Parts: sequence; C-alpha cells; structure tokens
Amino acid sequence: MVGAIATLLLMQLAGTLLVQFLRLPLPGPVLGMFLLFAWLAWRRQVPEALSRTAQTLLENLSLLFVPAGVGIVAHWHEVAGQAGRITVVLVLGAAITLVTTAWTLHWLLARARARGPRD
Amino acid sequence: MRLNAIWVYLASQPLLWLALTVTLFWLARRLYLAVGGLALCNPVLVSIAAIVCLLLLTGTGYQTYFDGAQFIHFLLGPATVALAVPLVQQLPVLRRSLAPLSVALLVGALAGILSTVALCWLLGVDGRTLLSLLPRSITTPIAMGVSDQIGGSAELTVVFVVITGVLGAAFGVPLLGRLVRSDPVAGGFALGVTAHGIGTARAFEVNEQAGAFAGLGMGLNGALTAVLIPLVVWALGLQGAA
Repeated sequence: MVGAIATLLLMQLAGTLLVQFLRLPLPGPVLGMFLLFAWLAWRRQVPEALSRTAQTLLENLSLLFVPAGVGIVAHWHEVAGQAGRITVVLVLGAAITLVTTAWTLHWLLARARARGPRD
Repeated sequence: MRLNAIWVYLASQPLLWLALTVTLFWLARRLYLAVGGLALCNPVLVSIAAIVCLLLLTGTGYQTYFDGAQFIHFLLGPATVALAVPLVQQLPVLRRSLAPLSVALLVGALAGILSTVALCWLLGVDGRTLLSLLPRSITTPIAMGVSDQIGGSAELTVVFVVITGVLGAAFGVPLLGRLVRSDPVAGGFALGVTAHGIGTARAFEVNEQAGAFAGLGMGLNGALTAVLIPLVVWALGLQGAA
C-alpha cells in the first residue's frame, strides 16, 4: 500500500511541478491523473496494490468535498442579497448542462453502434 | 464550568474538527442508506449543513474549522490522480468512443458556459457574480484559477462549484432517469462534465464504468473550460461588465 501511495503522491508532485514550470492553465493533480493514465496505459497493466488503494480512495471521494463546502459560511454575506436568483442560475444551469451532455453522447454512441461494430 | 473548560480546550485542537467531519459524514451516509438513497439526503449536503449549524451555534470561525479539516481536504489531490486507475481499465471503450466523447464534451462545456451567461442576463445577476459563476462546473482548483483570471472572486467560485456538485450528485441520477444505468458511459460522463468531483463520486456509487467516465469528463471539461471561458468572456465583452 505504501508503494501505491508513493505512486499517487509522486504523480501529483510531477503534475504540480510541470504546471509550475510550463505555466499550464491546469491544476497539478489533474495533470498527475493524465500522467498516471499514460504510464498505466503504456504498461498495459495496473499493479494490484495501486488498484486497491485507488478503489478505497474513490469509494470515499464524497467525504473529501465536505471541508470546501463548509466554506459557504465564510462567504454567505457576499451572496445573501441575490441568493434566490443565483440559486435559479445554479439549478437550471446544472440541469441544462447535464441533460445536453448526456443526450448528445447517448445519441452519438447509439449512432456509432448502429453504423456497425468494427470489433 | 468544567465542561466549558473541556470545550475551550477541544475547540482549539485540529483533532476535534477532523473527528467531527469524518463522524458526521459517516452518520450522514448511514442516514442516506436508511432512507433508500433519497436525493435530498445526499451525504455531502447533509454533513455540510450539520457542520455549518455546529459552527454557527458554537461561534466558531471557518479558519478554525479548516485547520482541522484540511487533512481531509488535502486527500483530494491524490484522489484526483487515482481517477486514472478506473479510467485505464476502460481503455477499450475509450478508444472506440473517442469521437462521440469529444463532440459531447464540446457541446456540454458550451452549454454550461452559455446557459450561465443567458440566465444571469435574464435574471439581472451582477457582473462580478456572473464571472464568479462561469467556472461552476469544473473542479475547484481549475475553477479558482479561471475565476481569478477573468476578474471574478475565487472564494465565491468555490462556493458555487460545491453547490453545483452537490446539486448534480443529488438530482443528476433522478433527472437522467434510467439513462445512467442503461448507458453508464453517457450518464457518467455527463455527471463528471456537470458536477466535477462530487458528481464523479456519485457516479461511482452507480457503477464502476459510470465513475470512470465521470472522472474522464471532469478532467477533460476542466482542461477545455479553462481555455473556453476566457474566450467567451472576451468575445461577449463581459469583462467590462464587472
């Protein structure tokens, strides 16, 4: 497990350093994700320990957003005046994005499948 | 008086808020399972609400709370990197669906940005708030950077990002109906594009494939939106509005 944690942290570190030096508009961990993906795709196999550690982390992913979410107490006064309007934008905006993306992809995948499976 | 002394001591320790965050989340998840996965009882939503109430009741500042909770917050980095693992296991599907995924990503990213601009104009939301709202669908660290760059408030953006994530996680699956289960690639991808990491966490609860594609949607949308938003702001002349 220590090896798996080291792998994750090193990829995050590599991503963060690359972002710093190349001035990329991306956060380090997201680039770290692409780096780990490239490495695993090249190896064509995921080490057992890494697979287990990743699964444990991702099963509890929701918990990790709680501290940032509580931050709403610190900024409430800034939005209190237009809270109702902002809520409408957030709810409708999320619904539009979600439905548009899901149905576009669903339709395109179905069309690709209908044109004949090549494999 | 004795009890008060104990509270004063505990409240100054990072351990108290760390322990409370984990415990309340655990209880919230049990509640969520007990009510049969009712969207309104989403564990992220419930535990945030419970902690906010606790902070307000005890007069504790956010900084004091975050001193303890930052240990959990830090794990977001390694967890984001870990998203590569389920994704690489989906490599064959990914290869086969590259073109549909790219088109859906572009459509979804533009729908997110343009719907926000249109709704803000319709409802008369002021310029700086609009700029802070634009990156609401992308993962926190990218959203903060983008918000700063276009003249929004990074702190406000974080709040909008989390609310969007919680909304997507709570109502995404019911809103898409059977689609998430019958087509986990499309349903999961949309959850990631709309509701970033929180949506991805929810997608993993549906199934592994939905989670993997949600993680992909989150990562790709973060990268694309970081480029698209400044372009749209410039094209529509929104910067002057702030």
